[in-house]
Amino acid sequence: MDSYIACHDCDLIHRINPLPAKGAAVCIRCGAVLYKHKPNSLDRTLAFALGGLILFILANSFPFLGLKIGAQVRETTLITGIHELYIQGMQVIAILVLLTTVLVPATQMMCLFYILLPLKFGRVPKRLPWVLRFLQRIQPWGMMEVFMVGILVSVVKLAKMAKIIPGISLYSFLALIFVLAAMSVSLDSHLIWEKWEASR
Amino acid sequence: MNGVFKTARKAGLISCHSCHLLCQSAKGSAQMRCPRCGDHLHDRKPNSIARTWALVLAAMIFYIPANVLPITIVISLGKAQSDTIMSGVIYFVQTGMWPIALVIFLASVFVPLLKLLILMFLLISVQRKSSWRQQDRTRLYRLTEIIGRWSMVDIFVVTILVALVHLGGLATIHAGPGAIFFGAVVVTTIFAAMSFDPRLIWDTEEVIHE
Repeated sequence: MDSYIACHDCDLIHRINPLPAKGAAVCIRCGAVLYKHKPNSLDRTLAFALGGLILFILANSFPFLGLKIGAQVRETTLITGIHELYIQGMQVIAILVLLTTVLVPATQMMCLFYILLPLKFGRVPKRLPWVLRFLQRIQPWGMMEVFMVGILVSVVKLAKMAKIIPGISLYSFLALIFVLAAMSVSLDSHLIWEKWEASR
Repeated sequence: MNGVFKTARKAGLISCHSCHLLCQSAKGSAQMRCPRCGDHLHDRKPNSIARTWALVLAAMIFYIPANVLPITIVISLGKAQSDTIMSGVIYFVQTGMWPIALVIFLASVFVPLLKLLILMFLLISVQRKSSWRQQDRTRLYRLTEIIGRWSMVDIFVVTILVALVHLGGLATIHAGPGAIFFGAVVVTTIFAAMSFDPRLIWDTEEVIHE
């Protein structure tokens, strides 16, 4: 049944047809996207993952916002913010923020390296199905773009109170959102499953 | 297709959740696994309706303390001022910053409630085996999948404020107990949307046609 696919939203069976460049197949009954043509998926995803990793390291190494009141300046990185919450007794929230903005995005990039680098050189990594399934499962919990809106709201909230100094890593955060989005869009998991099947 | 809709279930097939391979359904054996990726195979998400109801009700309960209890506590010059989500929104409306008030209101008050109402509507309509506007109801489901994550904005704002506003005796901001319940609302509604199976909306179709 390799040449057929069932819609994940309404279970309708469709025949898999070749798509035009950058085309997408949608379910004729409910309109869900069934599959997409993603050119150079492997190379592109790998490139975005690498770019994302660099930006991720930058974004987490330097402060993203500073606050100046009188002579006092206080700067914060993402990690110090999470640490502060943890100390205040909000461990649950601290862990939630750590997961959604640090651990999940980092794990996503690591999983992609693990899967795509060997595939790029014609090898199939060990336990590929497990890693790919894990990657798909954690996907909804990466919330970098929501964090960016959080930064914007905080800036507006604090603007009246004190002078806001944008940190170096603010720009890395901004770029990281787009790179991470491009990374998940360019990943063609159907292609990887096919490669896995062919290797067995 | 000749106007005849054929679903995987009707054809005795199961679509794998992870790799979307169509697998032969082996009736009787409880533990089926996908021959390609090894994931568990389910015709429909297991106990979808009961699980989703449980999570939706839990989220409804969390929603109340999330809105009533303070989400931030500002301690300034020895005075403590607690803010709930709504008092923050009202403050911004009063000071004329209505765009930011709108963002907070939409993300923190409106979206979680909308998501819960949509899920309840979908659950009830599926339980009543309704065949009313199935395509639109599927769209509503997709909407709940997309919008839920944006409610995390307030949690992130609290994180940033707590880290930045820390000026010794002058002013500090602490996260309030409302933040924990609010986080619980976001997480449970995301799990609720995940546990709902949109294919249930369409399952009534087959009963009618048969």
